[in-house]
Amino acid sequence: MLRIQALTKTYKNGEAALKGVSLGVEAGEIIGLIGPSGAGKSTLIRCVNRLIEPSSGRVQLGEVELTGLSGGALRRERRRIGMIFQEYALIERLTVMENVLAGRLGYTGFWNSWFRRFAAQDVQRAIALLERVGLIDHIDKRADALSGGQRQRVGIARALIQQPELLLVDEPTASLDPKTSRSVMRLLTELCIENRLAAIVNIHDVVLAQAFLPRIVGLNAGIVVYDGPASGLTAEVLTSIYGEEDWTRTAAGEGGSDDGEPLVIARMEAEQ
Amino acid sequence: MIESPLVRWAALLGIASYLALAFATIDVNWTRVSEGVVRAARLFESFISPNFTSRWSDIQQGTIESLTMTVTATVAGVLLAVPIGLGAARNLAPWWVYGICRGVIAASRALQDIIVAIFFVAMFGFGPFAGFLTLTVSTIGFLSKLLADDIEEIDPGQVEAIRATGAGFWQVIDFAVASQVIPRLIGLTAYKVDINFRESSVIGIVGAGGIGATLNTALDRYEFDTAGAILLIIIGIVMACEYGAGAIRKRFA
Repeated sequence: MLRIQALTKTYKNGEAALKGVSLGVEAGEIIGLIGPSGAGKSTLIRCVNRLIEPSSGRVQLGEVELTGLSGGALRRERRRIGMIFQEYALIERLTVMENVLAGRLGYTGFWNSWFRRFAAQDVQRAIALLERVGLIDHIDKRADALSGGQRQRVGIARALIQQPELLLVDEPTASLDPKTSRSVMRLLTELCIENRLAAIVNIHDVVLAQAFLPRIVGLNAGIVVYDGPASGLTAEVLTSIYGEEDWTRTAAGEGGSDDGEPLVIARMEAEQ
Repeated sequence: MIESPLVRWAALLGIASYLALAFATIDVNWTRVSEGVVRAARLFESFISPNFTSRWSDIQQGTIESLTMTVTATVAGVLLAVPIGLGAARNLAPWWVYGICRGVIAASRALQDIIVAIFFVAMFGFGPFAGFLTLTVSTIGFLSKLLADDIEEIDPGQVEAIRATGAGFWQVIDFAVASQVIPRLIGLTAYKVDINFRESSVIGIVGAGGIGATLNTALDRYEFDTAGAILLIIIGIVMACEYGAGAIRKRFA
């Protein structure tokens, strides 16, 4: 459904962020993109919806080749791709409702959006989504009055109201505490399954990725070094992604479940 | 600060002797100073008993002219400053638009308001129209520069998020940019209203109409009591603007 072929990105300062990345995502498939800081995770997902211009390579969403589109055609295709951000990227001074409706801007004319006249069905859908993410009581609050976890839920609702086919999720939990991180990840994966949405989730936290994301892609210095099931993240694989460290407590199936982080997770799950 | 005591003392001595010589060159004419003191005393005396009545129609006309100038020039200035400010923000405009808009800003800031007023008076004659043009130019220079600098410092994440929804350029401006800069734009505009009123009284002295012209006439005629009344009115209006601006800023924060 999403096909990335030999994608490269070299920034103006000569830094090569992506060195020929190829990746396929099927409809309804959720993948976790892990890798050290500066591996090119953010660049990769931004090359998909062309917030960053790739240097070479192809990105195909369904039948449409995204690379090479411009102007209105690009904006129309962007409507098919929802995006969720690390720092939530909500419009701080607008209300929760306005923030969610902003996800419909691609379908709304300029003057209608200027006067905040959104289609009735968009408003209905926004209410339904806010109900789903548990924020229906905060509908008229300003975004800057919400907590981190609540803001990320607004971000998720804004992406979903686009009725996208693909979600690009950039470090959804990096600014959240562990418990909120888990509830946000759970909500995200549930919603993807409910709506048969494909998603690419950039994530720092390997343990969290293993817990929620069935397929993991490891990126290091702009190259895909691992693409396989979360259960395949052995100490050697983690070393190839992140570099030399003691991975025995993090690696899948290697004495992890009875001590260290997994225990913490089990405890948190019990709390909820 | 200076290690060597010799150099330190030499420097101090040098500064002291320079100051002594500099003061010696000021030619103080004590008779004129004493006359000045008498006039100053009269001036202050008049301030204590300001005369609003004998030139009231002049004062009234000047005040209304100044207020009209201030309001119209601020409105015209804001209307022109917003598009120029958008064009002068590096993160929104292509390089050639950026160049033109930054050029306009530099030009409108290059000359001090009084000099601009002298030009406009020479071009369009005495009166408030020259004042209106001067204040409009000064508002453009002030607001578009600060607006552009503000836009360049907005959170780029919000812009990315709105672009990612498939929104068009003007929708991005409306949702992601305007919502971040409008509170400050309103605050700056309110501030500029009271600067413009004060400026309108200064540029009146070079012939651009308004309360400044009335004040200038009063001083030329040695009518210090009327001048005192005018100054009190200026102070009153500036203070009112100040409080108004504060209230507006609070409302839109």
